[in-house]
Amino acid sequence: MSETARILALHAGLVALLLVLNFVLPAYPQGNLARIMVLASYAIGYNVLFGYTGLLSLGHAMFFAAGMYGMGLSMRHLGFPAGPALLAGLGAGAALSLVVGLLALRTAGVAFMIVTLMFAQAVYLAILLFGKYTRGDEGFVIPQADRVLAGIDLSDPFNRYFVALALFSFCLFSVLWLIRRPAGRVLVAIRENEERARLLGYDVFAHKLGAVVASGTISALAGAFYGLLFGYAGASFAAVQYSILPLLWVLLGGAGTIIGPFIGTLFMFYLIDLTSGLTSAYMLIAGVALVLLTLFAPQGLAGELRKRLWRWLP
Amino acid sequence: MSALLETRGLSRSFSGLRAVHEVDFTLPEGQVRALIGPNGAGKTTFVSMLVGRLAPSSGTVLFDGRDVTGLPVHARVRLGMAYTFQITSVFLRLSLHENVALAARRRLGGDGLAVERAVREALSRVGLLEHARRNAEELSYGHQRLLEIAMGIAQKPRLLILDEPTQGLADGEIADFKALLGELARETTILLIEHNMSVVMEVAEKITVLNFGEVLAEGSPEEVHADPRVQAAYLGVPDVAG
Repeated sequence: MSETARILALHAGLVALLLVLNFVLPAYPQGNLARIMVLASYAIGYNVLFGYTGLLSLGHAMFFAAGMYGMGLSMRHLGFPAGPALLAGLGAGAALSLVVGLLALRTAGVAFMIVTLMFAQAVYLAILLFGKYTRGDEGFVIPQADRVLAGIDLSDPFNRYFVALALFSFCLFSVLWLIRRPAGRVLVAIRENEERARLLGYDVFAHKLGAVVASGTISALAGAFYGLLFGYAGASFAAVQYSILPLLWVLLGGAGTIIGPFIGTLFMFYLIDLTSGLTSAYMLIAGVALVLLTLFAPQGLAGELRKRLWRWLP
Repeated sequence: MSALLETRGLSRSFSGLRAVHEVDFTLPEGQVRALIGPNGAGKTTFVSMLVGRLAPSSGTVLFDGRDVTGLPVHARVRLGMAYTFQITSVFLRLSLHENVALAARRRLGGDGLAVERAVREALSRVGLLEHARRNAEELSYGHQRLLEIAMGIAQKPRLLILDEPTQGLADGEIADFKALLGELARETTILLIEHNMSVVMEVAEKITVLNFGEVLAEGSPEEVHADPRVQAAYLGVPDVAG
């Protein structure tokens, strides 16, 4: 089997497996997995910038929230139906990531981390400041009657799972396509050796900006779908922990792998879900698991898989 | 022969220290030029300004008659400059194939077949084709230097700037390198910064000597070799030309 066929078989196989699960899973894990797939889409977006381009952002919650509020506010105040509202969320994320990219990419390394963190805090505080429209911390519910996309009721668990899977597959295969294209290879080159990439004649700034916009827009798309599928938009999704979470998911799953963000999100979600049933100190157990993984699988689960078994893993 | 590369009054100081001072330099198309000089003479500062890694304090750089002084690095490379680093700088965790493909793709774009051909050609010319699938970090230092040259070849540059390409190479590798350089000289203009005098004397058509950031002498290898000022700069005897 050629490398391309193997790669397609693996990723299409994952999507097919997730599709089958929709028909066999009981309600609780079905709901969980729908949530995981949307959050994994967010992590896939994050991974474009962190895993493939080597830029560590500490402020991706602003893009997730831009999608969520772009969708939610346009529905709530402008009466947009679900489809146009999703596009509004997408547009808000693309515009915000372009502006943030233009400004934040003037810095590098630690400064880039701080600048993205600050921008995200500004977005979070802006959501609180305009509480009249956003209902601040409390957030707002998106009524069930509005959660209909092309005649499909998104509040129904089966439909919701299906749409979450469609979003996840779209993000998974778009990024797979992107990183196998010449432009995607340049992102990896920038991650590995920026000065060399520049001296091969590549416009490093333009490529990084493209990566920020792609990453921010995918994150916003995930945020918009999250609000629509689960019927709620709140300021907590713009808070700092939602910037840290995708970093953790990607690190655990394997930065710079296509499948890693999903594995990391799944692992972390169930780690917290299972341990919180056992003890109130569940974050302690999650923390220990994180430390152990960092010690023994520093490249993340899919990263180790690539190192030990499947060198072809993209 | 028209001038491919020209500098006028090119200068750069670092907090008052004049690293390169008022250098007028002309390199005709098709020539192999060596740039030599003692350590700290300003050679690397000079070529860094040529490719745009360093902005000059004053002066201009002209490439193919066009003022490129204000252009960023990548734009100069696109016009046809290629630069290989003094300290090996390749993509260590990527395969040799991908290293060279990155160099070729900028020119050839998405044409996969053309890129594949260019990669095979460049790797076989430096004798690394059999290692194409290995990661660059698995190579010996000498082979990594050759990989840099292969990346230069794959760019099909009009001007190839080699910054101390033989540094750290074994004698046998240097002999192979001279042969490779002889071949490349037929295809492109080369600016060679080099310490190894046997390489310089055999390969260069003309030599420019930098000393304390200024051009000390320029001429054929024989002329430069016989120049007492050059000998003084290199050997540290009193300046007999004074």
